[in-house]
Amino acid sequence: MSIRIERLRKQFNGYSAIDNVSFSVSDGEFVTLLGPSGSGKSTVLRCIAGLERPDSGGIEIDGEDVTRIPVQERKVGFVFQHYALFRHMTVLENVGFGLRVRGVKRREWEGKAKELLELVGLSGLGGRMPSQLSGGQRQRVALARALAAEPGLLLLDEPFGALDARLRRELRTWLRKLHDRIKLTTLLVTHDQDEALELSDRVLVMNRGRIEQDAKPQAIFDKPSTEFVAAFVGETNRLVGVVHNDEVQWGPLKFGSYSFSDGTRVAILFRPTDVYVSSQPEGSEVSGVIKTIQFLGATESMEIDLGKGFSITAHVPKGVAEQSGFTQGKKVYITVTRSHLFFSLGSA
Amino acid sequence: MITESAPVRRILMTLAFGFVGLFLIVPLVTVFGGALQGGFPLFIKNIRDPYTRAAILLTLQTAAVVVPLNLLFGVTAAWAIAKFDFFGKRTLMTLIDLPFTVSPIVSGLIFVLLFGAQGIFGPWLMRHDIKIIFAVPGIILATIFITFPYVARELIPLMQAQGNDQEEAALTLGSGGWRTFFLVTLPNIRWGLVYGVILLNARAMGEFGAVSVVSGHIRGLTNTIPLHVEILYNEYNLVGAFSVASILAFLAIATLVTKMLIKWKTRQEMILEEAS
Repeated sequence: MSIRIERLRKQFNGYSAIDNVSFSVSDGEFVTLLGPSGSGKSTVLRCIAGLERPDSGGIEIDGEDVTRIPVQERKVGFVFQHYALFRHMTVLENVGFGLRVRGVKRREWEGKAKELLELVGLSGLGGRMPSQLSGGQRQRVALARALAAEPGLLLLDEPFGALDARLRRELRTWLRKLHDRIKLTTLLVTHDQDEALELSDRVLVMNRGRIEQDAKPQAIFDKPSTEFVAAFVGETNRLVGVVHNDEVQWGPLKFGSYSFSDGTRVAILFRPTDVYVSSQPEGSEVSGVIKTIQFLGATESMEIDLGKGFSITAHVPKGVAEQSGFTQGKKVYITVTRSHLFFSLGSA
Repeated sequence: MITESAPVRRILMTLAFGFVGLFLIVPLVTVFGGALQGGFPLFIKNIRDPYTRAAILLTLQTAAVVVPLNLLFGVTAAWAIAKFDFFGKRTLMTLIDLPFTVSPIVSGLIFVLLFGAQGIFGPWLMRHDIKIIFAVPGIILATIFITFPYVARELIPLMQAQGNDQEEAALTLGSGGWRTFFLVTLPNIRWGLVYGVILLNARAMGEFGAVSVVSGHIRGLTNTIPLHVEILYNEYNLVGAFSVASILAFLAIATLVTKMLIKWKTRQEMILEEAS
């Protein structure tokens, strides 16, 4: 099924949770609403499910206006952060609930529920109570339950939020594979940028009830359209300078600026991974001294002092750092390979 | 952390048990002892006395009306307070506690002032030949008033703790409002509900103060068990008074035992829930 959201607004006690949000999702697509808590992403999802009524705007599912249709008639599958399993029912009864309330006969819903438990890799656990399962298993039961009634649309509200990091990554990969298999239109809400970038066909970054950017994961990361997106999706160095002769100077660093006129205050953001660090000049005029070096696993994070109080953070692959013999106090040459400039009102 | 030494702990526990024994167990034993003072046949005779039987019947009738009504009210109020935000929610919660804070005598008097001969609705009721005060409707009204917090008080914290998640999940799965209530909400609150109903029932059957004011103490007509005990006692029929009182005492014990069973049962469920 496809979704179309048109100028959606919702306020809670005078506070705008969603402020004029429009977007669409095409059939079979996996789209993620990414944003910090309080950005309105969950409210959007709850409006689509019918759990929340928007103040204005429209929601279309498959071309049909569902804005006034009650939640139980929308045929959407919803997965909650804290699973929301019926704790007095067995796993099988939980999964079969959606069919049962639609009047499907016992033998039939039981068969279907077993099929779904198999799909989520939990066959054989149908007789257990939810309290006898681990967090990851519970969330898979919740997913099976949402899928059992054959919804046209799957809505996931921070589905891995209550799980530990390793399990999150595992379930993430598994969910993407499942989606590739069943091709169900899916809308995911998360505050975890890695999750959004890894899983989605398209990411909508939300902030303060508005959509800041609607693009493919690669573009969200490489071509952030606002300063918020650049800062939220991954780590950044943030500098502030004034444009002069199509250029911004910050300490020894220079950034070309062609879209801003002279005298404009701009914020310059670049990722620590977009800093090329070398022990040889290799054409770079900027040099600095490694102030601190921190091991992050696959990469080393270095704080490089450029002199006169200017310093930046650079991430270098572990192998490169070892080969070049980067240690504290060593002189290095840097080049910023990619940066993003935004109009800035704030101060440094 | 427990820092007290073993002897101190032992003294404290002895004190607690001693207190409970002295003020709860001893009186309870006395009630049954007094009832059986003249032997079992006399006890049976006392229970089968026509006035006693009328009092038992009236008490059962009252409970039969009050319990379902307050059950309905309690569930509705708890549902509204726990699951929705609305204007006047705090006020409603405070008002639910009112019967707990007002002396039962005052509660009884309120009904006399409303429906008595000199009361606000008195003349109108008289003209239409409807009797409330010194009649069964008065007893039922007073009992409803006194007992209406029990179920709601029991359910509100329970429902608030459980939140809306499961209900919302049921709705997205295509279940309507009533179905969601019966299939999801009710099973989740069942033990709290049973507990609330038991307390409600015990109080409805045992209420003395408010009922005493509105009843008029007409033997065989408007005497409930507690009122009948008082009459027998005032007539120096101690064995009779204790015999009838033992019915209430038995009810109290049954209530406590049920309460214990429920606590044990919910604890088991909670332990299971937390162990995972």
